[in-house]
Amino acid sequence: MAADRVILVTGVSRDLGSRFARTLAAEEHVEVVGIDVVPPRHDLGKADFVRADIRNPVISKVIATRGVDTVVHLAVVATPGPGGRSSMKEINVIGTMQLLAACQKAATFRKLVVQSSISVYGASPRDPAKFTEDMSARAQPRTGFGKDSLEIESYVRGLARRRPDVIVTTLRLANLMGAGVDSHVTRYLSLPVVPRVMGFDARLQFLHPSDAVAALLLVTRRDVPGTFNVAAADIVTLSQALRKMGRPSLLVPQTAAPLVATLIRQARLVDFSTDQIDALTYGRAMDTSRFTAETGFVPQLSSRAALTEFVGAAKPGLLSPERVDGALAAVSQLLRSATVRSG
Amino acid sequence: MADAKIIQLGSRGRAGRGSGSSPSASARRLAAPQAARRSQPNDQPGPDAPYESAEAPSTTLSTLVSQLVRLVSGSLGVLRSVPITQLRDFAADPVHGLVSVAQALGVEWEGSLEETVEFVRTRLRGAYAVDEFGFDPEFTTKIYLPLLRRLAESWFRVEVRGAENLPADGSALLVSNHAGALPLDGMILHAMVFDEIGRHVRMLGADLIFKTPYSHDLARKTGTTLACQEDAERLLAANQLVAVFPEGFKGLGKPYADRYKLQRFGRGGFVSAAIRAQVPIIPTAIVGSEEIYPLISKAPALSRALGVPYFPITPLFPWFGVLGMIPLPSKWIIQFGEAITTDELGPGAADDPMIVFNITDQVRETIQQTLYRLLMQRRSAFF
Repeated sequence: MAADRVILVTGVSRDLGSRFARTLAAEEHVEVVGIDVVPPRHDLGKADFVRADIRNPVISKVIATRGVDTVVHLAVVATPGPGGRSSMKEINVIGTMQLLAACQKAATFRKLVVQSSISVYGASPRDPAKFTEDMSARAQPRTGFGKDSLEIESYVRGLARRRPDVIVTTLRLANLMGAGVDSHVTRYLSLPVVPRVMGFDARLQFLHPSDAVAALLLVTRRDVPGTFNVAAADIVTLSQALRKMGRPSLLVPQTAAPLVATLIRQARLVDFSTDQIDALTYGRAMDTSRFTAETGFVPQLSSRAALTEFVGAAKPGLLSPERVDGALAAVSQLLRSATVRSG
Repeated sequence: MADAKIIQLGSRGRAGRGSGSSPSASARRLAAPQAARRSQPNDQPGPDAPYESAEAPSTTLSTLVSQLVRLVSGSLGVLRSVPITQLRDFAADPVHGLVSVAQALGVEWEGSLEETVEFVRTRLRGAYAVDEFGFDPEFTTKIYLPLLRRLAESWFRVEVRGAENLPADGSALLVSNHAGALPLDGMILHAMVFDEIGRHVRMLGADLIFKTPYSHDLARKTGTTLACQEDAERLLAANQLVAVFPEGFKGLGKPYADRYKLQRFGRGGFVSAAIRAQVPIIPTAIVGSEEIYPLISKAPALSRALGVPYFPITPLFPWFGVLGMIPLPSKWIIQFGEAITTDELGPGAADDPMIVFNITDQVRETIQQTLYRLLMQRRSAFF
């Protein structure tokens, strides 16, 4: 096959990876090689699947034999899987290290696209309303996914230094939100009763998976070196999201939040790291104007629209709109009779 | 100098208690304006000249206390006139009672019942918009500001002067004095500016606000964001009216003796933000806010233990618990000064420390002088 470009996509068995690989492979003169440790759950279209672990040096063989020129690294895990936190760290950090080491040696390699995350900005009460790419975290994330993302980015910067001929694009994606998205945020919002930190209403910023795929495709097709925030411009507050979900919330004092998070983790409902609790306490948002200015990309769905789509597909909560309306009708009936009596 | 006269504390070494037979100096001084208002013959010897010009208007602590006593006795008189039958009716039919109370207050009953129910429905469904700072205009205009308006009109009787200096559109930076243990001055300023020109003032607040539960929530909902260069510039670039209190906690936690003495104005970060955004600075003086909680002590040991900049000890707090948290009903005057323009300086001036310091000083002096002038005109802290 006389393909102009050979693109390696890691983490292809997951939702975002498979959608990206399928769309990319549909193009002419593009050969897509998807790799992951587990077979893909979704149709990959014309993309090839190679079952390999990025933590294994065999990856460099794949890159060499297929003549890969572009690597799209999406094998970044935000939520600990069955292996727990240590396996998540190994996939994120060690996996990226191995992959980048293999890339560095490959002669055909000329472009790298990395999926990073909003988590690199941490979350603290000293945060500005929106982070631009030039700002760093006011409170460095010291655990969990935030730390992993920071380490991944530092390895990527290291590669860019050692291989100045390679075009490196890092996309810091907001939390994905949309119908069928499975992440720690969506699992958290789907709890029947949602514990949240008392007296704080976090600002949440989302990105619809289709917009995430579109942004990744854009930087894969075009050469846009640099680090960019990618998110919908608007925000949704946590209380607003819970009301849309119809979920009653349970207020937890801030000091007790880690304990409650541990209980939820032990009940195998949602797995949180400390930096994710902070993000759901203080909230955080990114300024996306640089990416829009550079590429003209504007997400199709706002955070609210993405959330509405998720709510539509999720199970209705205890405080479903029907029940709320029913209760309101009863109360207004009572008040109306009272106002009539009072004249 | 004018300032030396106004901020004087104490009655020149003499205790204002009076001696068994004759009332204290402060009590006599208090009696005079009241007598004049009633225009009745008075058997008190009292000073001949009106209160304002007789001597320097030094509000001593004892004056404050006697004024308070008068206020409390007045409100007790009101309490006596509460009809018992109405209370009995209320107990018999609480829903009806609540409706009548709400009608009397006129806060919740702005529109028809249907509108109220519709409003509650949108709130409960989360179908309202918030901006990128977490500002919730619907909550602010429909719940927060009406409550504050009541407080401003009935309790503090706020008088706004120089509202013509507020811009109807475009961005501007309001710079104001800050005092009174709790940032009530910012909230009242928001309500007053909204009533004058229909624009929301976006406040810049310290990080402690965002660290504290509920305060974080309320601050973000009502349009406050962190006082940092990035957020100030983002708001000013979005054509917002921004308010900043450069005194910060130094101002909020200043003792009663230091009232209306402006503290250091930070490092002038607000000036460089204004220069960079080329927006005018409007010096704002708030008189009255500095008497709402007369701070006797900041309880340094306790505040260190609690991790707060100060713990307010007032004559009423914490001794009277929640009752002690009721602000004293001082009479407020908010004066908006003429705008200090920055657009002729050019954006490069923001990095010139001399220019920034000069403008900071100019703003600070303007506010300080306005405060002194307003204090001279004011008859007493409470009337």
